[in-house]
Amino acid sequence: MNGRDLVGALGPELLALLRTAGRIELEGFSLELDELELRLPRGAFAAPAVGSAPPEALPERPTELLPAEFALERTEYPGRVREVVLGATRREGGSRARALTIGGAEAPAFALFDRPIVNRPVIAMDVFDTRVPMPKALRAPFEEVRDDPAEWARLNVSRFKAKVVTVHLLSTDPLIKNATPREAASTVESVLQAVDVPLIIGGCGDPRKDADVFAEVAAMAAGERLLLNSVTLEMATAKTLETVARAAADHGHNLLAFTGLELNDAKELNRRLYEYLPADRIVMDLTTVALGYGLEYSFSIHERARHAAIMGDAELQHPTISGSTNAWAAREAWMQMPETYGGPELRGPLWEAETALALLLAGVDIFMMSHPAAIGAMRQAIDALCTWPLEEVAEGRANDWVTARFGGET
Amino acid sequence: MAKQSITETSPIEVYRLLPRTNCGECGEPNCMAFATRLVNRELALEACPPLLRPEYAGDLGELEALLAPPVRAVRIGEGQAAVTIGGKYVVQRHEFTYHNPTACAIAVDDGLSRDRLEERVWTAVGFSYNYIGRDLRIDAIAVRSVTGDPDTFSEAVALVAGACDLPLLLCSPDPAVLRAGVEAAPGRRPLLHAADRANWREMAELALDSHCPLVVSAPDDLAGLRSLTATLRAWGINDLVLDPGTFPNAGLPHTLRNFARCRYAAIRGGDDLLGYPLLGAPIAAFTGAELDPVRCAFDEALSASTQLSRYADLLVLHGLEGWSVLPTLLWRFNLYTDPRKPVAVEPGLREFGAPDRTSPVLVTANYALTYFTVESDIKSANLSCYLVVADTGGLSVESAVAGRYFSAAGIAEALSSSGVADRVDHRVLIIPGLAARLSGEAAEATGWRVLVGPKDSSGLPAFIKERWPPGPA
Repeated sequence: MNGRDLVGALGPELLALLRTAGRIELEGFSLELDELELRLPRGAFAAPAVGSAPPEALPERPTELLPAEFALERTEYPGRVREVVLGATRREGGSRARALTIGGAEAPAFALFDRPIVNRPVIAMDVFDTRVPMPKALRAPFEEVRDDPAEWARLNVSRFKAKVVTVHLLSTDPLIKNATPREAASTVESVLQAVDVPLIIGGCGDPRKDADVFAEVAAMAAGERLLLNSVTLEMATAKTLETVARAAADHGHNLLAFTGLELNDAKELNRRLYEYLPADRIVMDLTTVALGYGLEYSFSIHERARHAAIMGDAELQHPTISGSTNAWAAREAWMQMPETYGGPELRGPLWEAETALALLLAGVDIFMMSHPAAIGAMRQAIDALCTWPLEEVAEGRANDWVTARFGGET
Repeated sequence: MAKQSITETSPIEVYRLLPRTNCGECGEPNCMAFATRLVNRELALEACPPLLRPEYAGDLGELEALLAPPVRAVRIGEGQAAVTIGGKYVVQRHEFTYHNPTACAIAVDDGLSRDRLEERVWTAVGFSYNYIGRDLRIDAIAVRSVTGDPDTFSEAVALVAGACDLPLLLCSPDPAVLRAGVEAAPGRRPLLHAADRANWREMAELALDSHCPLVVSAPDDLAGLRSLTATLRAWGINDLVLDPGTFPNAGLPHTLRNFARCRYAAIRGGDDLLGYPLLGAPIAAFTGAELDPVRCAFDEALSASTQLSRYADLLVLHGLEGWSVLPTLLWRFNLYTDPRKPVAVEPGLREFGAPDRTSPVLVTANYALTYFTVESDIKSANLSCYLVVADTGGLSVESAVAGRYFSAAGIAEALSSSGVADRVDHRVLIIPGLAARLSGEAAEATGWRVLVGPKDSSGLPAFIKERWPPGPA
């Protein structure tokens, strides 16, 4: 037996001696300290100093289970995320069949389940207004409608039961087709006529062009309470932020404030927007990065934002959105890989669902997604998580896995 | 009462308990610097040799208590192959950082033929995925007894123990079966699953006899879990792991609620009866009504990632295909990076192949994943080129462009400080396709001609072939 094994075997007893005696001599035995240090069971010293640990001199081993209870007091948080309404019905000045409310959270998302969900997280389905390079597995379900945004939107709503549709006006990108604001507005108009769900309108990312496009779309769709995706600090630099913010304010739309994984930027952009429109018309996009490409940054920035919001930071009390289709930017989603990794038609949707699900737990309120299989998985999770009240005892036998024989070996 | 949070512990408190000799044996300039790194958990107490001398035993004990995580760390296995789980200080990752990455175990069972069993173990052991210069791997094997027969289980465990040196979990509700398994894997210190309300006495004896860590199981019953841990502790068993139950599909909220309750109670409520690592069982996805194994593996992968996000310290998995294992291992790796530090590489100039004065000059971000991806594409295509790594604050190209960390001015700065202008005769810079909108400004800021490269660096070989050397502007 070498010194390391000895310490492992004596473990707690030896350490208890050390703790009480302050010094210990083992007769006929020498030990190098650098061997010892590797094996000190972490925390072995700690337990007695903490909380309600048992006394050191143990009584007899109990022969029956010691009684214990569990209670966790509900934590009240001082802050609350604002609610934002997407879409407007005829009565409200728009033409949507129904409006949707997002936000309202007053606790960390899906953690302790000690209060009902204020508003269920929502999934919006993407429509692209022009052909852009897209992995085959991603575009396959939409192959027949790729040249017709209105038909694509209709397919999303009728076949895939989308509650919200996002129209990405990529054709307006000066580097793609440079379509005019007028053309873009007419695309939006055709989608508004094709479907009756609330819409999110995506630009091309160019701060000047987007401002012109959003201004035109906002005026054309006055009263529809669109979510304009998005306004940025770049627009402030390019002096186009005011144009878009005023157009949204004047025509009754919401704004999506986009920043790159930096809460100070998010707060700054929100402060600028407060000058133009009510705070309950602002949604935040804190940036979604794919699994394997920095999703952990997105995850933690959303957990931080939500924590700050419920702790009372008014500048972060806005619902958040995730562009989960970004998951397909990961090469693991679309690349051909060795056989064990399956094909992109399996890996791609899984990647999109994994990315969205992580952010669902971080508190994201609305997701822009594409693949029906990924959306199906997310809906299943949302349905389960929004059950209220949650029974005190779970249905089903959790430990079946220990002894189950699985027929379908994988 | 809640233990003082690690984030509230000050270096001064720690410093007072150190030898304060500023001997430098730890490699730090003085004891205060060492204290600061201890509080940040960047160094362990054992890095201070004088502290381990008998005269400091009292201080060491106090320091251990001060710095001990509210969720105990538990070691499974022996020697090089051992894995430590738990040791958590915070509920949310951004509060500090998560320590001891969730161990991922692949399950095998004693109902499999010898060949099939070995094949599964070898597939698990052989799984490896290279990600930003690291190999992502499976950490452990869980052997389940589906036969309920001690001899059969013993054979299966012996086979697994002989086939790999990974840490083992042995799973059966029957103490006699587990005892047979433990005896078939001498010296391996497997984790035993599990003691419950019915079998806890025999399981406790087995854990004490074998010095093995023990899982405590009470599905959706935290009072029961606390009762079991209190009792087992009174027996002198401290290496415990909690299994509050993993419920498949519609049971997701129950699963998450129990895990969160354990973690909040242990860390924020100071409940040390729940201050143990948590075992999640995404494998439960295979026990529901769904029979299609692909669908089950898909659900299992999603269950695994939710449990990774929500406090699991150990996962038992069944699906062994790369497509379902990969996202789990990736997300595990990502969640356990230190959120206080971006995963970045040093900015500066890199050379690939044998570049000459006509070779292409490319620029990219210093996010580690971006860099390693570009590097691997350049190397696998045997390109000779210069790569300027700009300081984008550790963000990827796309995020850095959006957040203005990757700008025309930044590109100009990186280009000029790289000194690459002295190494080539041309003045043509290839920027990432995802930074296309910076091309005009970048040309202005650098005075170089700017080519917009592919959006994904896998397109670099084709791009260089078609576009290099570039024709006249």
